[in-house]
Amino acid sequence: MAEPLIEVNDLRVHFPTDDGLVKAVDGISFSLAAGETLGVVGESGSGKSVSFLTVMGLITRPQANIEGEIIFKGQDLLTMSQDELRSVRGEMVSMIFQDPMTSLHPFYKVGDQISEAIRVHQRVSKQEAREQAVEMLRRVGIPRPDERADQYPHEFSGGMRQRAMIAMALSLNPDLLIADEPTTALDVTVQAQILDLIDRLKEEFNAAVVIITHDLGVVAEHCDHIQVMYAGRIVESGDRNDIYYKAHHPYTWGLLRSIPRIDDTDDKERLSPIKGLPPSLIFVPPGCPFHPRCPYRFNKCDQEVPPLLPADGHHASACHLSLADKERIFKEEVIVRS
Amino acid sequence: MGRYLIRRTLFMILVLFVVSLITFLIFVKLPAADPARRAVGRATTPENVEAARKAFGLDKPVYVQYARFAKGLIPWPGLFLNEDVYYSYSNFVPVKEELFSRLPVTIALAVGAAAVWMLIGIPIGIVSAVKRRSLMDRASMVFALFGVSAPVFWLAYLFLYVFWFKLGWAPSSGIPIGTSVTEAVVQGRFILPWLVLSLTFAAFYARMVRGNLIETMGEDYIRTARAKGLSERRVIYKHGLRAALTPVVTMFGLDLAGLLGGAFITETVFNLPGIGQYAVHAIFINDFPSVMGVTIFGAFFIALANLLVDVAYAFLDPRVRYV
Repeated sequence: MAEPLIEVNDLRVHFPTDDGLVKAVDGISFSLAAGETLGVVGESGSGKSVSFLTVMGLITRPQANIEGEIIFKGQDLLTMSQDELRSVRGEMVSMIFQDPMTSLHPFYKVGDQISEAIRVHQRVSKQEAREQAVEMLRRVGIPRPDERADQYPHEFSGGMRQRAMIAMALSLNPDLLIADEPTTALDVTVQAQILDLIDRLKEEFNAAVVIITHDLGVVAEHCDHIQVMYAGRIVESGDRNDIYYKAHHPYTWGLLRSIPRIDDTDDKERLSPIKGLPPSLIFVPPGCPFHPRCPYRFNKCDQEVPPLLPADGHHASACHLSLADKERIFKEEVIVRS
Repeated sequence: MGRYLIRRTLFMILVLFVVSLITFLIFVKLPAADPARRAVGRATTPENVEAARKAFGLDKPVYVQYARFAKGLIPWPGLFLNEDVYYSYSNFVPVKEELFSRLPVTIALAVGAAAVWMLIGIPIGIVSAVKRRSLMDRASMVFALFGVSAPVFWLAYLFLYVFWFKLGWAPSSGIPIGTSVTEAVVQGRFILPWLVLSLTFAAFYARMVRGNLIETMGEDYIRTARAKGLSERRVIYKHGLRAALTPVVTMFGLDLAGLLGGAFITETVFNLPGIGQYAVHAIFINDFPSVMGVTIFGAFFIALANLLVDVAYAFLDPRVRYV
């Protein structure tokens, strides 16, 4: 891997609440180089959004206990002051959110919201900022961008709003774009368009991209690396092929089985959900956090936390099963179904 | 927008008509002393009473009586509050004259109090929301609780006792005869009434602004604004307040209009010759033409404010369009 753009080391984000300490993110490490796309997959409450909101500096110290390092271009974001962080945010790292319907300010024109972002970071006139905003709207495929810039968010469709959000996020040519469930709130037909757009713009802007999603199907075509999160930890990480064709973790298997298949002709074959619920992040199960829901658990699983061990150079998983068992179960029980 | 305004104006006329009708029906049904009898005073010969009844138009059928009052509500020169009908039963002063001479007092009281409560309530609400759970926030909310709970008549006497009687910082209540409203304002005669009247509203507005702002700051678009790298100041004052203060406009319009129809308690306690004081007096002595005049005045202000607030909303919130 090339020199990483961002390197996260043992990041922990714990929220003190009246009910106890919520361990939303509990020791995750990863890195990402320019031009790469990382997919982060997990259920709600697995800590995927919280980790990247922390990277953005949108979750900060008074709100949560944050430990670890987030090295971005050689600097630790967690030791920066709010002012330094603000200059990074938006300009070098930017983010698009799940729900484009509520992520734009309803009272301001779309063009103004984009040019505001530009003017905060660059010394340009209002007119220049507006021209840049219109140009960005054009690049994300909004027709008649000049007129559209003067419209309000409620005059845009959902897909158009997400395009506008992407235009805003990319208007300052950031090095890292974090897309938090960018397609979850959109129609299926629009989902593919948005992901293709992110792909294309990644090439144009040479940015690194993180796509956060709960749907393994969404990230299949678009990510170089995938990491699967569960209960605030990374349980499996690897290349796209590792995850889709050689998955090692029972949780990943569960996710793979729950992708609907269009060529499934057997009517009796229902989607197979993962049984049980995600664990409480206050009382995380001892040992492997997935063990209460895992059909392959054995005596060791509720005793020891499995470390994230590499199987080869790029593929790692946190599970006590032996490598041989993992490969066998995947071949015999998962691949036939998916 | 044009058609909307016409529709709303027609609706407003309907509302005022219904208000006047109900007011009249209450008067007809009210078991009070015969106005004609009271008007003639000690000279209660049957002829005199009959003459007074005729002069007041009370000898006519009920619907004719209502028609006479209704005609006087048409805003047209010569008809509006005409002195044939709108003539006080008790002190024989035309209602129009009385209303218009009292209106400046009420306007001075209401507008001044409105300015005070906005200047107190909104900043307190903002600070409380931004520094949530701080000492400042707690103190503000105690103030708000006090302001909302304290009755105006009690506060008024408390303030008068402390600031006029004991400390002598403020002038006494009332406006001396021969002093114009402007002079009274300059002399500070409105300061205590403004404070007392605004305190309840300020407390209420502080709570409302705090609640709205806290809610707004949790919106997704605020997160977007932060993600753009805006300073927290800009996030709060531009993106947060814009959305949080819009509903306040609605409340403000209606509250101000309500007071323009008369701040009854404040005017009575501070002995300010405004519309509210007039209304209270007129109701006590069953002086129907005055009651009708005052009621329609108040109803008109509220109906108009409703319309203005709705129109203002179309400019404040781009999602709102009227057709």
